[in-house]
Amino acid sequence: MKLVTAYIQPEKLNDVKQALYESGITKMSITNSLGCGQQGGYHESYRGVDVEVNLLKKIRVEVAVNEDFVKATVDAIIKGAKTGSIGDGKIFVTALEECIRIRTGESGMAAIG
Amino acid sequence: MGMGKWKSIVAFSLMAFALLGVMPEVVAQEEAAAVVEEVTAPTVQDNLNIVWTCVAAFLVFFMQAGFAMVEAGFTRAKNVVNIIMKNLMDFSIGSIAFFTIGFGIMFGLNSSGFIGTSDFFLGWNEYGDGFDSQWPFTFLIFQTVFAATAATIVSGAMAERTKFTSYLIYSVAISAFIYPVFGSWAWNSLFADSSGWLENMGFLDFAGSTVVHSVGGWLALAGAIVIGPRIGKYGPDGKARAIPGHNMALGALGVFILWLGWFGFNPGSTTTGDGTIGYIAVTTNLAAAGGAVGAMLMAWILLKKPEGSMSLNGALAGLVSITAPCDGVTPLASIIIGFIGGVIVVLSILAFDKLLKIDDPVGCISVHGVCGAWGTLSCGLWNVDSGLFYGGGVSQLGVQLAGIGAGFVWAFGAGLILFLAIKYTVGLRVTKEEEIAGLDVGEHGMEAYSGFQIFNNQ
Repeated sequence: MKLVTAYIQPEKLNDVKQALYESGITKMSITNSLGCGQQGGYHESYRGVDVEVNLLKKIRVEVAVNEDFVKATVDAIIKGAKTGSIGDGKIFVTALEECIRIRTGESGMAAIG
Repeated sequence: MGMGKWKSIVAFSLMAFALLGVMPEVVAQEEAAAVVEEVTAPTVQDNLNIVWTCVAAFLVFFMQAGFAMVEAGFTRAKNVVNIIMKNLMDFSIGSIAFFTIGFGIMFGLNSSGFIGTSDFFLGWNEYGDGFDSQWPFTFLIFQTVFAATAATIVSGAMAERTKFTSYLIYSVAISAFIYPVFGSWAWNSLFADSSGWLENMGFLDFAGSTVVHSVGGWLALAGAIVIGPRIGKYGPDGKARAIPGHNMALGALGVFILWLGWFGFNPGSTTTGDGTIGYIAVTTNLAAAGGAVGAMLMAWILLKKPEGSMSLNGALAGLVSITAPCDGVTPLASIIIGFIGGVIVVLSILAFDKLLKIDDPVGCISVHGVCGAWGTLSCGLWNVDSGLFYGGGVSQLGVQLAGIGAGFVWAFGAGLILFLAIKYTVGLRVTKEEEIAGLDVGEHGMEAYSGFQIFNNQ
């Protein structure tokens, strides 16, 4: 089992969700986050004082899948989030040790859905 | 230190108190000599009129806060500073534009019946530095806040995608020209020794359902059409998507402030301190209540739940609807007029959004344009002197329709010309990137909710 974590631009969320649905992946978690990578910050000012904003708004998508679905998930996220410009985001695939459904107590492959 | 300094202080204080003790007597003698003229009843009535009109003007000014809160609440958090600035500026620039140019066009001598040609800068040269009475100042402040009400309607329809500089240009145009020209057709005789062609026909619009609200509403329509919908509002198949407002509490606050301000808008239009104030306050309130209930029921039927934002729009719809007839209809009729206004506004919002695919974030085209027309029409039906339901026949109704039509043609037409001109010169809309990032950062370099994490995925 693997946990696929992707950081994407906020406005690409709908496209990513759409691409995931089309690949048959319907279960995910979405969180707000702030982050930076190669994308530069931007300039704000408050009452004459400059503010350099370099933690940019991002969306974190987390999908827990079994081995067979990892490639499909990654491809779907890339398809939805890619624009070709700096700041498209990153995907991390980490090993998932255990997955338990709270309602029934099932674990492992049955729980991951 | 020592005693020397204290002695001086005591001596000085004693002298000061002695002087103070004598002063009142001296002043009183002078006053007694001056107050000989009588205060007559007409003078008191004149002053009462001034007081009431000023208080009403201050209430209508407070409606600007109402508009700002409604528009802030019904739009997204990333655009709040921009909407506040637009509201601040259309009032500020509007006040100056109306004082310098607009007032003269609307209330100056109107020989042609179509446009005023005097009293610019409130008649700087004619009045010199003293007026015969103080009335012109009061009338100016009252009319300024009315003009500002019309001007600020448009910021709602064009929210979240309009360039700030373009909006400033629009603010000048409406307050200096578009609003006053139509106003001179319907209201010129309120101040000048002439009258406009529409009022000569017997057009009834007591506090401005058409003059203020429809003019603003149709200008908003023109703006919304020319600028196009927000990114993401309509899907690739043309289906409407919701872009929810970020703060319904602010929206509700705004509606209540507007309701309060309307007690200056309608009753204040008497510009007279007498019993009609209370009567008009009653018709106004009943119509607002009717509108809120009507919209809530309509939304409940069509959308399965008593929707909050539609009900709020309904209260405003009721208020706009009663603005024209408020001085000449019975309280019972007010409830009906407001109720129908509330029903109409729900249908209109759905029609503009889903059928006509015109993106109006706060529903102002429906609330002000459509219900303004309804309110003006209802004068022809329920007015106790000339309405159709009171044996007046259809002649008043016909005049009302003429006024509604003229308002639409003028405001919508002038609006299209204005917004197209802005679009093809300085540009009307912000760039795609800026619209997505939010106008607060793009146009103003700051955030409204600093420190909060807002979901930015719309």
